[in-house]
Amino acid sequence: MTPDAAPVQSTDFWSQLFVLVLATFIGLGVIRRVSRLLHTPLMSITNAISAIAVVGSIIVTGADYPPHIRLLGAIALFASMTNIVSGFLITDRMLKMFKTDRKPGAGEQK
Amino acid sequence: MSPGIVQFAYILATALFIFALHWMNDPRTARQGVMAGVVAMTIAIVVTWAQPEVIHHGWIVLAIVAGFVVGIPLARVPLTAVPQRTALSHAFGGLAAGLVGTAKYYLWLSEGPENLTAFRMIAIIAEIILGYLTFTGSLMAAGKLQEVKWVPQRPVTYPGQNFTNLGLFLIAAGLGIALILHPTADWAPKLFPVIIGLALLFGVLLIIPIGGADMPTVIAILNSYAGLSAVAMGFVLDNKLLITAGALDGSSGLILAIIMCKAMNRSFTNVLFGAFGQVQQITAGGDHKVYKAETIEGAGQVMEQANQVVIIPGYGMAVAQAQHKVRELYDQLKKRGITVKFAIHPVAGRMPGHMNVLLAEADIPYTDLVEMDEINPDMPQVDVALVVGANDVVNPAARSEKSSPIYGMPIIDADRARTVFAIKRSKNPGFAGIDNELYFSDKTWMLFGDAKNVIGELVKMLGGGSGLH
Repeated sequence: MTPDAAPVQSTDFWSQLFVLVLATFIGLGVIRRVSRLLHTPLMSITNAISAIAVVGSIIVTGADYPPHIRLLGAIALFASMTNIVSGFLITDRMLKMFKTDRKPGAGEQK
Repeated sequence: MSPGIVQFAYILATALFIFALHWMNDPRTARQGVMAGVVAMTIAIVVTWAQPEVIHHGWIVLAIVAGFVVGIPLARVPLTAVPQRTALSHAFGGLAAGLVGTAKYYLWLSEGPENLTAFRMIAIIAEIILGYLTFTGSLMAAGKLQEVKWVPQRPVTYPGQNFTNLGLFLIAAGLGIALILHPTADWAPKLFPVIIGLALLFGVLLIIPIGGADMPTVIAILNSYAGLSAVAMGFVLDNKLLITAGALDGSSGLILAIIMCKAMNRSFTNVLFGAFGQVQQITAGGDHKVYKAETIEGAGQVMEQANQVVIIPGYGMAVAQAQHKVRELYDQLKKRGITVKFAIHPVAGRMPGHMNVLLAEADIPYTDLVEMDEINPDMPQVDVALVVGANDVVNPAARSEKSSPIYGMPIIDADRARTVFAIKRSKNPGFAGIDNELYFSDKTWMLFGDAKNVIGELVKMLGGGSGLH
């Protein structure tokens, strides 16, 4: 349990770079196929996904660090959480609006 | 929780994020993508929170609750305000990255300087520069989009601007290198805030010369920066989930920025350093040509006789909140058996896909929203092209006028339709300050007024004639 928690002496630079390159290729491949209709929701969902910074913020806020360090973490956590909540909610709200045609009865007004 | 379970959960979250984006390729599966994203995020948060090193929970709960309190209203903004909400969320993303980088540096400096390896320092410097410049840059962009009073709307340019920006960036990078080489020197903790300050300033200076028409590209670039700062954070914390999620965001921003640039026939550097504003003042002083105005009745009669109508929306439609009136017009025309399509230019509006979202909100089926490249070959067969608050994206000068700042930009060929009606708020030139030849063409008739009112009048006139109300 402790080896994961303790500060690691040397980071595994090459495997990190490997992950970055592969993930970028996957990202480019997947995003290129996203419907142009949905570019605005795409942007809001990637906002929410990149708020995965929340993972780092939780550790900094909750670990046994000096309070001023943890305060920075808490602000970062707040910012990330705001992006997660508003990003996913607004994406879903927008996507709900994309329909192929009107429901029967929607033609009658007022 | 054992490290194995944590890593497994992170791999699962990564896979779900990829699926989330994959499902965005079709409006029918897109909502599934949101679910996948929410599940992935929840897994990541729970697993991280359950790690043994997390021992203080009060502030975490507080920050998460505050995130919900601010996040929920931010998700309920009117859809016309989505560009500034998006810019604001890039700002938050950049801020989070910057703060975590700062926290980690000072933590390691006091409690384990041996952790500040050259490689980690490179990652930290990249994280804070990208994070903080995205923070202020996105705040500026959001301010411009929201038309906040003290943020200049028009591009602000001054002599030697690019030189200043580049110089500032080089200074920040140079100080960063000094810090990478001597992370624990006596002066290091004092130099660190200087770099932060320079990054914050650089973000502001990068955005002030940019005008509204370039916002779609700039938002996409800032999106990419926010993703890259998350990647840098992943390198600092040795967390592969951060690296993958950040890379997905970064590549998304990059692709959108490329699409936007292509749609304007401009390069990245041209958008960021081109200062669109300077060229305009030179060209705007041309001689005054005459518009032909048309009445609502006249326009309505022509539209009634048409077989095919193409509506070309632009930012003006969003400003006037005219999308619901446009839907009523769409209904009236459809009722008469007229084919109605919407021609969507990739950079119409203030962010990628802006028009599609507004029209979908007004309940217009997305099957009638047609991309520029698809609709252009059909334009000569179109009886009426109705331009609603669009300007540069239908300006034929882009095809013919070599001296025009928008020369070479792909446009919607409104001028090839048989008749053109253009709704315009005033007789002033558009945002880019360029005269639009389309308005002076023989077959163009202007409908002056607020887009919402003009279309409302059209609907009333068409509705009154049909006797169905």
